[in-house]
Amino acid sequence: MSTVVRIDDVTKQYGAGSNALLALDHISLDVDKGEFVCLLGASGCGKSTLLSLVAGLDEITSGTLDISGKHVALMFQEAALFPWLSVAANVELPLKLQGVGRADRKKRAQELLEIVRLGGFGGKRPHELSGGMRQRVALARALAQNADVLLMDEPFGALDAMTRDILHDELERIWREQELTVLFVTHNVREAVRLGDRVVLLSSRPGRVIEDFKIDHARPRRIDSPEVSGQAAEITDRLRAEVARHAN
Amino acid sequence: MPTDTSTDGAPQGDAVTNLAPSDRSDVAADRVSGLDALELAPKTDKGALGKRIWASTWPKLLAIAIVVGAWQLVFLSGWRKPYVLPPPADVFAELGELITEPKFWDGVQLTMTRALTGFALAVAIGTLLGALVSQFKPLRAAIGSLITGLQTMPSIMWFPLAILLFQLGEEAILFVVVIGAAPSVANGLISGIDYVPRTWLRVGQVMGMRGIAKYRHLILPASLPSFVSGLKQGWAFSWRSLMAGELLVIVPGTVSIGVRMQTARDLNDAVAVIAYIIVVLIIGILVDQFFNAADGALRKRWGLTAS
Repeated sequence: MSTVVRIDDVTKQYGAGSNALLALDHISLDVDKGEFVCLLGASGCGKSTLLSLVAGLDEITSGTLDISGKHVALMFQEAALFPWLSVAANVELPLKLQGVGRADRKKRAQELLEIVRLGGFGGKRPHELSGGMRQRVALARALAQNADVLLMDEPFGALDAMTRDILHDELERIWREQELTVLFVTHNVREAVRLGDRVVLLSSRPGRVIEDFKIDHARPRRIDSPEVSGQAAEITDRLRAEVARHAN
Repeated sequence: MPTDTSTDGAPQGDAVTNLAPSDRSDVAADRVSGLDALELAPKTDKGALGKRIWASTWPKLLAIAIVVGAWQLVFLSGWRKPYVLPPPADVFAELGELITEPKFWDGVQLTMTRALTGFALAVAIGTLLGALVSQFKPLRAAIGSLITGLQTMPSIMWFPLAILLFQLGEEAILFVVVIGAAPSVANGLISGIDYVPRTWLRVGQVMGMRGIAKYRHLILPASLPSFVSGLKQGWAFSWRSLMAGELLVIVPGTVSIGVRMQTARDLNDAVAVIAYIIVVLIIGILVDQFFNAADGALRKRWGLTAS
């Protein structure tokens, strides 16, 4: 399998001198094509920082980060749809920027909305949809970017448990059908085990890779299945020990 | 209606994969659309159009009634002689006569033409200025506070200079109107650009927006609400400046609202003075209503209204 993202000995430091904050300390991590990798950690582990670096929104301090000309798409906790555009126009925007013609754009946007099961909502405004629906539009927009890697920064963090549960199923389905590569940041251990092929546990301040768990349970998984719960408990213990280390 | 995936009868673990794929995807589709239907609030009935218009009109009518009533009471108290403070009835009679005179409408037309020309020019200059200032960081620091300073400057302070520069002419009035309104327009645009949410900028960056595309597809539309507020404020400033200008700078041969007002004062015609105050007030309210409607439509489109 080909490696899509290669993070090799990457360090990220904010500021300089005595005020310097070491966010990421010699992180190495590879993501293969078609893989679903979850980055897991407590507050301050620099998981969002790492995602920003991969997205090219921030510069690394040292090390090498190789996404070799590949395109990334990014999703956040908030859908960040543009309120001046209809739902369909939001999905069309990346296509427009890629220079796709009007007719093709419309067709493709409709296909993408159908993938996220919102085929009938293209004419709506973002604010007319629920939070979960907006996140699905954001997913459709991310898919429209035709990216090699989908970066997701706690995309379901602001949703209620029921919606999140259903969106896990949806994301898993779309990931499989569209053969996506996903780098997914979360602080929710069960969510990470529910979704990931691998769960990469990061330490806090500075962020380092503690352990890279391989999750082999058959898909589709359920967040409340014994396998997922059992593995989540194991990882949670590691995470708790890491948090306790910061007690003083 | 499935409310919980753990109780909807779906088999657990490996058994799930034994089901026919179509069954499973149908169930999943139903679950998603069921949730969507539950989460979308039912449409609230806004009621009949007539009812809504009445609901928004009666408070205004009440306000007018209170003001006119108070005025009538002050008149009845005999605080000032009737030729200085006439009763509402006389003023409204004068107004009724005024609006039948073609000359009055010529005056309104002249004043409105000046207002719109000045405002249009202010919008053009303010937008250009705002775009330039927000573009260049050093300029932003240097000129940003100057613009705010200009905004607080009473427009009447500009007239002596305007008259020296342009004599008693249309240009003098135009100059003051533009200099009064342009800073507000520029400020509206600048603060709109300053406060484009960070996540939107990041989304745009990841989508590959650069240069003009970034302005066209992100920065300008995102700053629209703030820009509209700037326009609204700019209009208020230009209208005030214009009225001051028309009272001070009387261009020979023109009979604008301001000139008519000045003439009424010279003739001690209190009825006409108050009538013109009301005319200016009404024009101000009408234009403000227009801006409010534009602002309201924008907010509704964006979902910024509390519904």
